[in-house]
Amino acid sequence: MAGLAGVGARVGGRKQVTKATTRTLISSAQLNRRSGKIGYRVILTVVIVVFTLVFIGPMYFLFTDGLKSTSEAIATPPTLYPHHLHPGTYRAAFDRMDVARLLWNTLYYAFGALAFQLVFDVAAAYSLSKLRPVLGSVIFFLMLATLMIPTTVLVVPQYVTVANLPILHVNLIGTPEAIWLPSVANAFNIFLLKRFFDSIPEDYIDAARIDGATGLTILRRVVLPISRPIIGVVSIFGLVAVWKDFLWPLLVEYGYSPTRESLNVGIWQASATTPQNLIIAASAMAAIPTIVFFLIFQRNIMAGLTAGGIRG
Amino acid sequence: MADVMTLRKVRAGTSASRRRTAAGFAPKIRRNLSAHGFLIGAVLCFTFFSWYPIVREVIMSFQKAVFGGGYAWAGFTNYVRIFHDPTFWQAWRNTGEFTVLALVIGYAVPFCVAILLNELRHASGYLRILVYLPVMLPPASALLLFAYFYNPQYGLFDEILRALHLPTSQWVFQPGTGFVSTAMVSVVIASTWMNMGGATLIYLAALQNIPGELYEAAELDGAGLFGRIRHITIPQTKLILLMLLLLQVVATMQMFVESFVLTNGGGGVADNTQSVVMLIYQYAFALSGASNYNSASALGVVLMLVLAVFSGGFLWATKDRG
Repeated sequence: MAGLAGVGARVGGRKQVTKATTRTLISSAQLNRRSGKIGYRVILTVVIVVFTLVFIGPMYFLFTDGLKSTSEAIATPPTLYPHHLHPGTYRAAFDRMDVARLLWNTLYYAFGALAFQLVFDVAAAYSLSKLRPVLGSVIFFLMLATLMIPTTVLVVPQYVTVANLPILHVNLIGTPEAIWLPSVANAFNIFLLKRFFDSIPEDYIDAARIDGATGLTILRRVVLPISRPIIGVVSIFGLVAVWKDFLWPLLVEYGYSPTRESLNVGIWQASATTPQNLIIAASAMAAIPTIVFFLIFQRNIMAGLTAGGIRG
Repeated sequence: MADVMTLRKVRAGTSASRRRTAAGFAPKIRRNLSAHGFLIGAVLCFTFFSWYPIVREVIMSFQKAVFGGGYAWAGFTNYVRIFHDPTFWQAWRNTGEFTVLALVIGYAVPFCVAILLNELRHASGYLRILVYLPVMLPPASALLLFAYFYNPQYGLFDEILRALHLPTSQWVFQPGTGFVSTAMVSVVIASTWMNMGGATLIYLAALQNIPGELYEAAELDGAGLFGRIRHITIPQTKLILLMLLLLQVVATMQMFVESFVLTNGGGGVADNTQSVVMLIYQYAFALSGASNYNSASALGVVLMLVLAVFSGGFLWATKDRG
């Protein structure tokens, strides 16, 4: 855990400066004056109140509006809290939109994609960093070049390709592989992993090689244990990316029965024909796993954000 | 220690050279084979799902479907057709409007919030979690919630306006396509709420790396609060500011899900929140019966070119300043 949090300093190569030692825009001397103290207190209170309203406020309605009855949910004026509690709304939404299946689909897509990414991207980055095959740098350059092409621009040819893979003539539409395999083609993962592997001293690898270890053993016994922080970052962002994706699952997993949609697409699809309180209840249920995930891993997620740099 | 290391290197060197003379290229080939074995999975995925689609998009944009299956060359027909589609220009105008509004609201707000949070000595962990929480929500959840708030009959936002004795609004379904249309502003507000956390935290990290002595020195030279922001904070974070500006424009030009969910897949009243990516989707998949991958590919190529020209121009214009 601590190692993962420290990834900011290691991967980004940036110095972490704690706030206590550095002065910021406003000096401590100014803050410690009487007027400064009062002003600071006022601003702090205002900021906390405003931020709570702006960011928690909508979430409050996300969770409580699902407890209203259908008629209360569309009453004018809207009520600020459910006057009559209807916890059955959640139950009804759960059954009607088959949230259990949507949730299972999403987990299946997310963790499957993660497994494929970890196996193929780690192996590729290891090969590019430590085994250095012929043409490796060309392949790496071509991979990085795909970062220049925005993903949504390519949906049509990607869809057509997935519907009929060249040479193999396999149709992946409607299968989980349609989400898993394209997620491997993630140049950002390769870049982050390779940069981390590059920082592992060559001596470790040489020592293992002299002891008779070969490629796979070196990867498993030497490289992977050291690389746990960066693999944590890649995993978190891999999971979140699949969980939040909308357009691609809409194209490749839409319209099957029983449903193969992800939570995002499933709830959107149901929203046109479902009472408002059920939609909000389902949206709240879809949000719970990611909120829990965030609260557990928030340190790692925030460290990874600044470490991994920025991805659009 | 150093001696041992050199010894090992020397020994490794001699054994390698001996092997090379004795067995020729065999070990080298074997080593390369295993290295390529590690690469093959990722390379295949890149080939099928990234490199080939890039090439194929360009090819498809110059083709047309032939009755009975297969494709024939079509020259610039697809491009001519989309250029004559009024929705094409509407979508570009909307996307431009979204990008500009998202810059005005969505670019300045995270930076100001980051500066503010960096000054606070208390509750910073709590505030950071607050700002980032919406980023973690599934977009459909967040946007369906906003669609509910925006509802003109029973939505919360109109109720707030009524409580403040302000005129109410149709929000996303407000007709009209003025450059700052209410519909598009509504989309931008929802989008900013969902997405600002990432940029805020990145700015915050950059602000924490500014050496305190710079502020000290500026203060001694008589710089006020805004003077310090202008002459210290902004120049010190310029690289991050420019980089996020580029990434944000590229991301907002690809706006899809916000408008798609808020207006229930429709593109708003008279297409006033229709975006370019949404039009690609509609050309390819939504227009009943006439789903046309080739026009959609042509539009994709146009968007790719616009983004490439913009990114290239931006990097060229800022290359001395970064």
